[in-house]
Amino acid sequence: MASLGNVTPQSLHFTESLPLQSGATLADYELVYETYGTLNAAKSNAVLVCHALNASHHVAGTYEGQAKSEGWWDNLVGPGKPLDTDRFFVIGVNNLGSCFGSTGPMHVNAATGQPWGADFPVVTVEDWVDAQARLLDRLGIRRLAAVLGGSLGGMQALSWTLRHPERVGHCIAVATAPNLSAQNIAFNEVARRAIITDPDFHGGHFYAHGVVPKRGLRVARMIGHITYLSDDSMEEKFGRELRAAEFGYSTQDIEFQIESYLRYQGDKFSEYFDANTYLLITRALDYFDPARAHGGDLSRAFAIAADKKFLIVSFTTDWRFSPARSREIVKALVDNRISVSYAEIDAPHGHDAFLLEDPRYHGVLKAYFQRIDAELQA
Amino acid sequence: MSERSVLEVIAQLVPPKSRVLDLGCGDGALLHHLCTTRGCSGYGIEIADDDLLACARRGVDVIQLNLEEGLALFDDASFDVVLQLDTLQHLRNTEKMLRETARVGRIGIVSFPNFAHWQNRFSVLRGRMPVTKTLPYQWYDTPNIRVGTHADFEVLANKNGLRVLDSFGMHRGAVVRRLPNLLATVAVFKFEKG
Repeated sequence: MASLGNVTPQSLHFTESLPLQSGATLADYELVYETYGTLNAAKSNAVLVCHALNASHHVAGTYEGQAKSEGWWDNLVGPGKPLDTDRFFVIGVNNLGSCFGSTGPMHVNAATGQPWGADFPVVTVEDWVDAQARLLDRLGIRRLAAVLGGSLGGMQALSWTLRHPERVGHCIAVATAPNLSAQNIAFNEVARRAIITDPDFHGGHFYAHGVVPKRGLRVARMIGHITYLSDDSMEEKFGRELRAAEFGYSTQDIEFQIESYLRYQGDKFSEYFDANTYLLITRALDYFDPARAHGGDLSRAFAIAADKKFLIVSFTTDWRFSPARSREIVKALVDNRISVSYAEIDAPHGHDAFLLEDPRYHGVLKAYFQRIDAELQA
Repeated sequence: MSERSVLEVIAQLVPPKSRVLDLGCGDGALLHHLCTTRGCSGYGIEIADDDLLACARRGVDVIQLNLEEGLALFDDASFDVVLQLDTLQHLRNTEKMLRETARVGRIGIVSFPNFAHWQNRFSVLRGRMPVTKTLPYQWYDTPNIRVGTHADFEVLANKNGLRVLDSFGMHRGAVVRRLPNLLATVAVFKFEKG
């Protein structure tokens, strides 16, 4: 299957202030986005792809002149791929507070003339969805054929059906959960503590000091990475392999290959990811809880999505967002007699599997998108 | 036994516009038929990956679950009809699943191979386990872990407080109402909670 080829990000400026869940507002902001494929005459074939923590608007395709610049879901989105850009108009948007171009903590707060830093308003999944809706308004798209996302992106997809149900037909939510468990929040908090206690953090205003809290970012990434992999796949990839032939009897040098791998991942991440963004996005994860406004009753929360259609996908080895969490979502939908399909893919890669190319996973997604396409043609 | 005719006979048992739960729905053919020709809606339950994909391709709502774990996802009497066709013989927790079927559906419809069909009886009399179109496996290599008869099911239904609303057999595409325990290769029961 061909790749999309070269793509170009675009940007839109918004001057109407965005009211946020926290009660604050964001006065003036920019959203960076990419689109692939062609919007049909009826403007009915648009699919929004929502990103998770370490991803952006660059969902698929490559950047001219940049080697290894494939989008984060390039294996899923493109001509003839499960989300077929020959049939659908696919949109990827960088969320507010992120660090890939849309307005975020590294940008200047017009009110102070200084970068926002840690004062950037705390944003939620609902805020992101509202901002995405405004982008669609500007693109002239009244209703999405579908919204798709994995992990935190899956939470945005679910939120679309609750917040703007009349503007979406289908929701595909992969490797996600209806809220975070205590253990999930605990991992996020450890990552945040590592960043905040880094001497170079300066309360989030490190830009002014010309430093980056890299040590905190590295540790945050290491922790995150462990939760994305399954126990078995880590054991298979690294086991107890040493870097040298024998123990070096050092507590501070790299002894085991897994240490080397995690340090490498951490180093890479700390070079480009913004520390304030990490705090904002993990918080958005922590806060997401659509059942909360309904006394903890997820079924009641989904009553508003009565005529939507859903595909929920989970991975058996995902211990971050386990299949049991996805089944909570399925139950809430079934309780409302909502059209839903659920696939529990037996892939070995843990939470990361949602980004990888498993034939059963891609087969189900492809079949579902073909069903959506057939509905559009009818 | 033509797949088509079993499908049509069973479909006739399902009242139009029913909310249907099809346990072990295979490739979704029956559910698709019910939804497109009898105004039904609902879900298929299936554990096998390739069947799941077949259902997805048909546009049938399918939920990938292991039936052995029960139907915790579904509330009491939340479906008009629960189908358990050609599935009962594969399940370890047969009785539990039967009770769950009766809990979740106002009506349950069950079909399974009838071991007491006269050809099977003759085979056993000759000293060999039967290998037939309906029971095509060798005794040492079969997914059918529960082997019962039409008459056995009546006993089981009674034991679990189920009221049988209709029962018959099927053989070579035809409905068998006379001596089904002897003359039918497939047993069919429609029941509700007693």
